[in-house]
Amino acid sequence: MTIDMAQFHQVFFEESFEGLDAMESGLLNLDMGDFDAEAINTIFRATHSIKGGSGTFGFTEVAEFTHVMEALLDEMRDGRRQVTQGAVEILLGSVDCLREMLTAIQSSQEIDSARVAEHKQALDRELDSGGVAGSVLANEPAFQRPGDASAVADTVVQGWRIAFSPHVHLLKTGNDPVRMFRELAELGELTVKVDFQGVPDFQQLDPEECHLSWDLQITGDISREQIDDVFDWVEEDCDLAVQQLTAQPGVEEKSEDTGQDRSEPAVQKLQAAEVASPPNNEEPASRRREQKPAAKKAPAKPAGSSSIRVDTEKIDNLINMVGELVITQSMLSLVGEQFSINRMDQLKSGLAQLERHTRELQESVMNIRMLPINFVFTRFPRLVHDLSAKMGKKIILEMTGEQTEVDKTVIELISDPLVHLVRNSLDHGIEMPEQRLAAGKPETGRITLNAYHRGGNIVIEVCDDGRGLDKEKLLAKAIEKGLVEDNIPMTDQQVFELIFMPGFSTAEQLSDISGRGVGMDVVRKNIQTLGGNIEIQSEQGRGSVFAIHLPLTLAILDGQSIAVGDETYIVPLVSIIESINVSEDMVNRVAGKGETFRLREEYLPIIRMHEIFGVENVRAKKLCEGLVVVVEGQGVRCGLFIDDLLSQQQVVIKSLEANFRRVEGVSGATILGDGSVALILDIPGLVRLSNQQAAKAQQSYAETA
Amino acid sequence: MPSILAVDDSASMRQMVAFTLKGAGYDVVEAVDGEDALSKAKAGKFDLVVTDVNMPRKDGISLIKELRQLSGYQFIPMLMLTTESGTDKKMQGKAAGATGWIVKPFNPDQLLKTINKVLG
Repeated sequence: MTIDMAQFHQVFFEESFEGLDAMESGLLNLDMGDFDAEAINTIFRATHSIKGGSGTFGFTEVAEFTHVMEALLDEMRDGRRQVTQGAVEILLGSVDCLREMLTAIQSSQEIDSARVAEHKQALDRELDSGGVAGSVLANEPAFQRPGDASAVADTVVQGWRIAFSPHVHLLKTGNDPVRMFRELAELGELTVKVDFQGVPDFQQLDPEECHLSWDLQITGDISREQIDDVFDWVEEDCDLAVQQLTAQPGVEEKSEDTGQDRSEPAVQKLQAAEVASPPNNEEPASRRREQKPAAKKAPAKPAGSSSIRVDTEKIDNLINMVGELVITQSMLSLVGEQFSINRMDQLKSGLAQLERHTRELQESVMNIRMLPINFVFTRFPRLVHDLSAKMGKKIILEMTGEQTEVDKTVIELISDPLVHLVRNSLDHGIEMPEQRLAAGKPETGRITLNAYHRGGNIVIEVCDDGRGLDKEKLLAKAIEKGLVEDNIPMTDQQVFELIFMPGFSTAEQLSDISGRGVGMDVVRKNIQTLGGNIEIQSEQGRGSVFAIHLPLTLAILDGQSIAVGDETYIVPLVSIIESINVSEDMVNRVAGKGETFRLREEYLPIIRMHEIFGVENVRAKKLCEGLVVVVEGQGVRCGLFIDDLLSQQQVVIKSLEANFRRVEGVSGATILGDGSVALILDIPGLVRLSNQQAAKAQQSYAETA
Repeated sequence: MPSILAVDDSASMRQMVAFTLKGAGYDVVEAVDGEDALSKAKAGKFDLVVTDVNMPRKDGISLIKELRQLSGYQFIPMLMLTTESGTDKKMQGKAAGATGWIVKPFNPDQLLKTINKVLG
């Protein structure tokens, strides 16, 4: 039977990457000197699985590499080797290397064999030093390729004589002498003589025990290996004597109980010696590790992997939901077939059921895409470990709410901004140990990652107990850079917001940890792309909190449909503050700069929707005829002038960019109940668009004046 | 056709084993660890168990030991999937009541050959 092993590769890669993550976090959590057998066993198990899988699926290089890792871990697990910081660092490096190897194989690229050799040598050196000499595992070959024949030269013999006396418990191991004889019979001509002598009296006979023994003779061109293969599983459960039947008398093999002294193939021993020989001309692995900038990460998993793992419970739930839907559908079609007006109630209740089931179905489907935020969080212990060591800072990372679920797309896109924020806290937030002590704070700094749900949003917080943002310094810098004008009163929040301005950096020296090129402005932009925002709380000397608010999903949005002429648009419900009737006396007009209206103590620009989008047949031309919806996006408020508010509904977002092209002021489209298409408004974009139009108007006004 | 319980915490190995055996016409039930296997063994009836050794939530050796105590599982063949490095594991497995082992890495043909041999 030929089986295409490639079909299992994807699963193998997925589980291997998961295993690597487990290894990494396990290694990071190992307490030095404190022997935690279960923790080491978890790491060992992951390594062992990758080794087993890679060997089976033909990724020999990976199998060989993991073999050496496994050897090291095996010694740690048995207590033959101390768990040292050095060994953990080497293993962490190997995890990175292994991840790169697997990524390369997965994307059909060349493995960087120089890098692999480097890590393997580091492992070998570690194996040779420390620990109890002569690890059994280390001196074994990694693997024979599946299907490789053993390299032993077989002696041609006439046959074998086998004295086989099973121990009484043999049957209880699930082994069956008859099966073994059948196997032998396939090798050559077999004669079986049974010896009943051991069988006790009938009264004492236990049918579950084996009291027979056999004298077997087999002739043909059969190697000792073949015979041993048959009895391989029962060596410990029987007395076995194998004698060679040859033409020359006197050449007899010694009888044996166990096969342990069977000679190892010489070829294998040679290979093992090569693997284990320590290269002397290499500098220590730790030094080489440091030469690589820590900021350069191992290649991440391919972003946007196309498969996800789903809890079977979620699938069951979905199937259940579909079942209900089918029942409702058949009920409705029955009503439809024999419809009369007095069955109206039945129709209505059927439709109500249909609506409920559709909504539930939608929720379950969305639920499938939800993954715990842990997928992102798991990379941080390593990041913090590596960077804090590099910077000479002492930092504890705490994480809460790792199980908070969020859409897969959000997970994939939030990772980089979060990394940036954490690096930022490490670099700019947490002080050096001596500075902390001087400030009367514990020497060890603390970075906390929190995730939780709040009202249809997920909030992810990056907190540190570091020095906090220095308002004076921020302001001085901003004024120096000409980003803000002097002497303008600003709230704390507004000052903190300055760090999101392009080209703003307060670090006197740019370090290679953060503050290089891409700044906080990019972080904010990325978060806004996800439909979220970021807030800062900070107290000087006490620490900062960066809170990211994100929608749970990017596929569905709570929307308010509005009418402008014959067109319907959707305004995201989150951005609506209120809707009001505006009378003419509330409005100020500035020539060439559009119009504003006064809402309580604030002047807000009015955006006339029909003008922006060029809609004709509008019902409301004067402000008093229509409605103004006050909306907010990215801190900017404005009033949208529309004909009317329609209904509130959940809409499925269809990308306009993918199907058409990007349109300013519009974030996507959706299909309404009646089949027509409605555009979903992007409030910040709309404000930009309105400003552009106003600028144009101003220009033409200036020209005519 | 005989039914087989295939136990491995590694999804790729488990799928490979299950796929191979199903392809040969066996009924295969998959279990993701020792605990899962034990409850599936109690709920059903199998003619052969093939299990990985190193697993979370009950390893293969403890699984075999406990299965041998169950009625209906005293005499059935139980095979361990083990690596060459696990000589002591083989012995521990034997002591727990394992019938034999299949050494990793193996290919589908080798697996099938062994299983066919055992189930005769």
